[in-house]
Amino acid sequence: MRKSDPWLRASALVAYAFLYVPLAIVVVYSFNDSRLNAEWVGFTLDWYRKLAGDGAMIAAAGNSLVIGISASVVSTVLGTMAGVAMHRYRLRVLPLLILAPIAIPEILTGVSLLIFFVMLNVTLGLVSVAIAHITFCIGFVAIVVRARLAGMDETLTEAARDCGASPWNAFRYVTLPLIMPGVIAGALMAFTLSIDDFVITFFTAGAGTITLPLQIYSMIKISVTPEVNAVSTLLMLLTLVLIIAAARISPTLLRSTQESTS
Amino acid sequence: MALLDIKGVTRRFGEFTAVDNVSLSVEAGEFFTLLGPSGCGKTTLLRMIAGFDLPDAGSVLLDGEDLAHRPPEARPVRTVFQSYALFPHMTVEGNVAFPLQMAKVPPRDRPQRIAAALEDVRLTGYDKRFPHELSGGQKQRVAVARALVTHPAVLLLDEPLAALDAKLREELQIELINLQKEVGIAFVYVTHDQTEALALSHRIAVMNHGRVEQLDVPSRIYGFPNSRFVADFIGQCNLYSGQVVARDGTIVAIDVPSLGPVRVATRSEPALGSSGTIALRPEQIRIAAGAPADAPGNHYRGTVADLLYMGDVTVYKVETSGGSRIEALLANSQGGGAKFFEVGDQVEMSWPVDAGHFIAG
Repeated sequence: MRKSDPWLRASALVAYAFLYVPLAIVVVYSFNDSRLNAEWVGFTLDWYRKLAGDGAMIAAAGNSLVIGISASVVSTVLGTMAGVAMHRYRLRVLPLLILAPIAIPEILTGVSLLIFFVMLNVTLGLVSVAIAHITFCIGFVAIVVRARLAGMDETLTEAARDCGASPWNAFRYVTLPLIMPGVIAGALMAFTLSIDDFVITFFTAGAGTITLPLQIYSMIKISVTPEVNAVSTLLMLLTLVLIIAAARISPTLLRSTQESTS
Repeated sequence: MALLDIKGVTRRFGEFTAVDNVSLSVEAGEFFTLLGPSGCGKTTLLRMIAGFDLPDAGSVLLDGEDLAHRPPEARPVRTVFQSYALFPHMTVEGNVAFPLQMAKVPPRDRPQRIAAALEDVRLTGYDKRFPHELSGGQKQRVAVARALVTHPAVLLLDEPLAALDAKLREELQIELINLQKEVGIAFVYVTHDQTEALALSHRIAVMNHGRVEQLDVPSRIYGFPNSRFVADFIGQCNLYSGQVVARDGTIVAIDVPSLGPVRVATRSEPALGSSGTIALRPEQIRIAAGAPADAPGNHYRGTVADLLYMGDVTVYKVETSGGSRIEALLANSQGGGAKFFEVGDQVEMSWPVDAGHFIAG
């Protein structure tokens, strides 16, 4: 790629503008001293102050946090195991089974999980949402972990066994520390996916459980207040921080997800 | 009873037979080398001793016990890998401590054993370094220390010096010889480098296509190769094939199409009319200008067709009138003389009958 190509620069600019201008508008209007998202009146932090006193919003954030943490912990453990299995047993069907939930439209996953929970008489609530989130997070963790394993020298595991380590000890003392950046990156990704999720949560939350995205949705049904802008900005910030952290911990993260999903 | 017994071991990968009915035994305290070109099965055999692979047929016995049901971690053998395979997230100390930790050696006994192992490989003071802070030679030493710290019965070395440059390789070869003498542990060494094998080993098994072609001490492998393959693979060799046309006691004459009858001493008694090959090392041929020496043996005239000046020696490729090529070697040891002959020079070559080696078949 030549940096001096003006066409390339222009098209890149348009593409990035397309992606980020709407987000920028949300951020900017969260500081707007007006009830309407129409014109810029003046700078204020009122909407953030209002947010801090909104009990329903705080409760929703608490739910999201509980679901996000439990979903990321459980999906990281299961996803790591799946990643190791995919790496070790080169059966083509394994990655397919793990990755399919990522490719299946969310609405299908949501509906099928709802039917599944109702069939099993599972009360819809925090637990059902967490389980639902775990199902779609496992695949993402598995991809990241497998990418990390692919870059690992195979003989290290053999060397560990040769040094007297059982398969479990070889995993615990050699493989796991070496793939840890991938595992952590996977956990962070799972957390961001969980905290942002709307569609699947909508189907599996039931009546009483409200998460942050659900709360935002119910607020904009009335009108898009700058308070929604404020909470969206915070959510965006959190996601951004986590994604940057994940990318820094595992530099291959972005590349590997592209390769695996395309 | 031998320490390590390989009995009729075969390993197939699909249609390909990597190791084909190999039997050999390694004695306690022996430096044993598996030598052969890539794909000859030497590494597969080593992996079966280590337990990373299992034979399809035959057995690996250590001290008389069949190891078939022992996973790698339960075999008293250790491997030094070609890629070093040091754990990158552990220090030198951590790497060497790992086998002790796995063997549940009490923590208070570990420092002393680690220090002793590092001293054996002359790496005292490197405990806190990480593998990426070490040179290739140092990494290989850590790998050896890690393998020796639990005093295994057998140490397996898979081309441990292949990734190092020539000068360092020679240094480490000498260290390996001394170390092996010192610790007295049997070494099974895999290499494709014939000079390394000759320099290090007590005995060498030359492998080709999954089979052991010849198993003997280095000097006999070099001096008395039992097949064309061994003669050709180990060092440079002139090989001339023909039929046995005369026999006089221990001396036979082979009619080589491009050379005429060549006389060679042999201990076997090949039948008249049977075919065979004469293996002749370049350094065994005398090359001189002027009239042939009036000594018994083989004499040929020829023209220098090519020469390779190597510094210490010069290799001359001489073409005889019959169209045969003879490769001879001359040390450039005489004052000032870098080369004795030039391309196109007429030279006289001779060798005594006991210089060559007869290979039947």
